[in-house]
Amino acid sequence: MTSWLLLAEAGAQEGGLFDLDATLPLMAVQVVLLTFILNSLFFRPVGRVVEERESFITTSRADAKQKLAQAERLESDLKEQLKDARQQSQKLIQEAEQEMERLYREAMAMATADANASREQARREIDAERDQAVTKMNASADQLGELIVSRLLATS
Amino acid sequence: MPFILPFAELEVGQHLYWQLGNYKIHGQVFLSSWVVIGALLALVVVGTRKLERDPRGVQNLLEFLWDYIRDLAREQIGEKAYRDWLPFIGTLFLFIFVSNWGGALVPWKLIHLPSGELGAPTADINTTIALALLVSLAYFYAGLSRKGLRYFEYYVEPTPIMLPFKIVEDFTKPLSLSFRLFGNILADELVVAVLAFLVPLIVPLPAMFLGLFTSAIQALIFATLAAYYIGEAVHEEHH
Repeated sequence: MTSWLLLAEAGAQEGGLFDLDATLPLMAVQVVLLTFILNSLFFRPVGRVVEERESFITTSRADAKQKLAQAERLESDLKEQLKDARQQSQKLIQEAEQEMERLYREAMAMATADANASREQARREIDAERDQAVTKMNASADQLGELIVSRLLATS
Repeated sequence: MPFILPFAELEVGQHLYWQLGNYKIHGQVFLSSWVVIGALLALVVVGTRKLERDPRGVQNLLEFLWDYIRDLAREQIGEKAYRDWLPFIGTLFLFIFVSNWGGALVPWKLIHLPSGELGAPTADINTTIALALLVSLAYFYAGLSRKGLRYFEYYVEPTPIMLPFKIVEDFTKPLSLSFRLFGNILADELVVAVLAFLVPLIVPLPAMFLGLFTSAIQALIFATLAAYYIGEAVHEEHH
């Protein structure tokens, strides 16, 4: 039980905890070699793969962002166009309504004017005929009167 | 001793020595570090065999780790220089983390060595000092290569009074880095081993969970501090 404690302290002739020998430089060489081997087998290839992936992700993300921006731009463009088209159609409808109103008024006015004109003409014709009739009647009455007078004069 | 389990035995400060020319090395540290390195490489090879843009399976885990380490490095070193140091910081983190957890999770005691015992490589002072010295070299190199000799302006900023403190810091940085890691991991292994030695059932479990937590935190601390030191060295003063 106590033997290992003694050994740890003593280590005088051979061995001991702090026994430095050629293990030290050889181990250093070994670790340096391991560094180079691991560098070529592990750190460089894995680093390349990881960094390639990182750059792939960065570029893909940038790409996606660009595409998204493009899509958004297109969307706003289309919205703008849609708005324009709506406004245009609204305007067209309004214009058509106004046109219709105007045509209606014009037609109405024309019809009224026509009606007035034909009424006027009819009245004028009636008046003319009445005048004619009156003059004719007057003439016949005159004639009749003259006839009556001449007859009366003849008899008397 | 009322009872002794075959694997509840403590050996501290004993090493499996391998002779390499005139030098001795700690065999058990290298054995377990090879297991750690093998596990790391296996994971990495399996995970990167077929890299895809839509990750599947182990690639997810690796990418998570990469991301985590990158954030750590970027936060401490700064946007400009972190790329150069990412592999170093990442390797430190992964190596220490897998070492610590391997030491805590793998039942090393089932494998018998002639001397010493397997465990976390980071529980050996040689490993942690090696790592800490690498960090020191790294931040010197980072500062000198980025700023040239202007790097040494750092020692007299904001006032020349700071000079001795900054020089002392260069020594305390590796010291604290290595001893913090070494102490934590060794203490954790010892606590678990002692508890398992005394009461082999259930009682060590909370200490083991705590050990897992400490192990992860220590790996994170080491990597974060290493990155911070490098970041400090490459930091450009804005005049």
